[in-house]
Amino acid sequence: MAPYIAQRLLQLIFVLIGVSMVVFVTMHLLPGDVAQLLLGDHATATALLRLRAQLGIDQPIWVQYLRFLEGALRGDLGTSLQTNHPALDDVLVAFPVTLQLTLASLTIASLIGVPLGVLTAVWQGTRFDTAMMTLTLFGVSMPIFWFGLMLLILFAAVLGWVPTGGLMPVGMDPPHITGMSVPDSILAGDPAMVWAAIHHQLLPAFTLATVPLALITRITRAEVMAASLFDHVRTARAKGLSGTRVILRHVLRNAAIPIVTVIGLQLGLLLSGAVLTETIFALPGVGRLMVDSILSRDYPVVQAGALFIAAIFVLVNLVVDLSYAVLDPRITRP
Amino acid sequence: MSGTAQIVTAPAVHRRALWQALRRPGARVGLAIVALFLLMTITASWIAPYDPFDQDLSSALSPPAADHWFGADQYGRDVLSRILYGSRSALIVIIVADGLALVVGGALGLTAGFIGGAVDAIVMRLVDVLLAFPYLLLALIIVAALGPSLTNSIIAIGIINMPQHARLMRGQVLAVQNAEYIWAARSVGATRLRVMLRHVLPNSFSPVLVMATLQAGSVVVETAGLSFLGLGAQPPSPDWGALLADGHSYFITAWWIATFPGLAIFLVVVGFNLVGDALRDQLDPRRRT
Repeated sequence: MAPYIAQRLLQLIFVLIGVSMVVFVTMHLLPGDVAQLLLGDHATATALLRLRAQLGIDQPIWVQYLRFLEGALRGDLGTSLQTNHPALDDVLVAFPVTLQLTLASLTIASLIGVPLGVLTAVWQGTRFDTAMMTLTLFGVSMPIFWFGLMLLILFAAVLGWVPTGGLMPVGMDPPHITGMSVPDSILAGDPAMVWAAIHHQLLPAFTLATVPLALITRITRAEVMAASLFDHVRTARAKGLSGTRVILRHVLRNAAIPIVTVIGLQLGLLLSGAVLTETIFALPGVGRLMVDSILSRDYPVVQAGALFIAAIFVLVNLVVDLSYAVLDPRITRP
Repeated sequence: MSGTAQIVTAPAVHRRALWQALRRPGARVGLAIVALFLLMTITASWIAPYDPFDQDLSSALSPPAADHWFGADQYGRDVLSRILYGSRSALIVIIVADGLALVVGGALGLTAGFIGGAVDAIVMRLVDVLLAFPYLLLALIIVAALGPSLTNSIIAIGIINMPQHARLMRGQVLAVQNAEYIWAARSVGATRLRVMLRHVLPNSFSPVLVMATLQAGSVVVETAGLSFLGLGAQPPSPDWGALLADGHSYFITAWWIATFPGLAIFLVVVGFNLVGDALRDQLDPRRRT
């Protein structure tokens, strides 16, 4: 197990260097001159030269990259051109919002998707199965930014059951401990505040859960169907075990690895979807921050956000990979 | 993320089997939707009741009625006409973005798999790094670098879809490379380039083409997503994603502006997914039911 983990960690370092290069090089393909952008059209040539030297953009690109990498290792990802805050600080303030949304969606998608997948596999070929498979086809094809808008129109604009967006009602601010509205409200010990926080998360979390929910249902169904064909399952049935026991003890165990993999792999989809969901529901997460920064040409924040989210994504994928090594000891054997 | 790319060892796929897959009921519905979509792009200028850019402030935000079947937007432009014209930009997205991913990704995979060695290592490490990004994040930084526009968003979506094609193509190439007919071609003195283009490529191409079909729907959604965020098609162009962004601004008072363009995107994606699923089931015997 230990050599396997060491090998994966070594790979991780190379992937992170690769990711930082892609982000850095892409952001430096920018047409135009940042110094000109900052100083405006009437800047003098000397002022431009001085600012370029100050920003370090008069150096060759590899020197700039090494400086950027050295800064990144110290947690310095540049300064926002808009707010003058360190760019990483802006990202760290927004991240808990994205994290809460992503975790809520993943929980919804797994808690509904896995049982639904098992039921459709057990009742394979019934009307229930056909109806659910049609629904999941719709689910994977759904542009979530449209689905979110439709939910918003129905439940917020027409029925008025939920708020139209934002994290908390105006004037209600939980203490800033984790930065996530629901845990912070729980820590504040105010039930009205907890309910308000959850109420604001319902539509965004369901919207973001749509596509992963459909995928998890489909994969669970396929894996349970495949695992039911194994000999030991037939033996278990022959011994007279109840259907539920066979499914839970003998089938699901064998189907667990692919299901865990798929749940883990949803993270990329969720982080991507979060950008759109945060825009629809006016949530101040990293996705929204990056889009706003692109529109206002605040490149250090875009770069910091991209690097931060990519690093989180790579780390979570590693954890998912290591988790199968725990579920299936064969993986670590050479 | 994984260091070693998987080698796909699927047997060569017969084109006839793929045609048979398209005759299943699900695939037929999909093909019908795709055909309808193509018809829409061709006939948009004849069947659209209004010019998609014509503003008529007297009917601004008017709900669906006999004169505007799908209602009118904030400038009184006819939503139906804008959706019909918007199908053209969706088709361009599919052809260019999906084509870019297929051709460049496929070429990278073919070269990497066929030449092997250092070229293979470099290309596949690049692919691994690109796959290490959540897809929309990579598109965001490419658009940030190039500037928001429909063309740049199409390029971004093309680039983020390349790695999957490269990986699949490389796996196919590795699988067919040792087939007897390849050795036969080599032994009669065919040049390496000829072997690659005339023997390896045609025999490893089908799965990659199926993947391009499956991705046709998702490139439409991804590009519309960028336009929805304001990073793709810019106003006043009638693009489905940009129409949804308009609808987002008026969702409390005018539900129709967002509802109908989204339905159009959804149907096109369902169509391509139905066709793609049928083809994929045919390719993967484990999933054949």
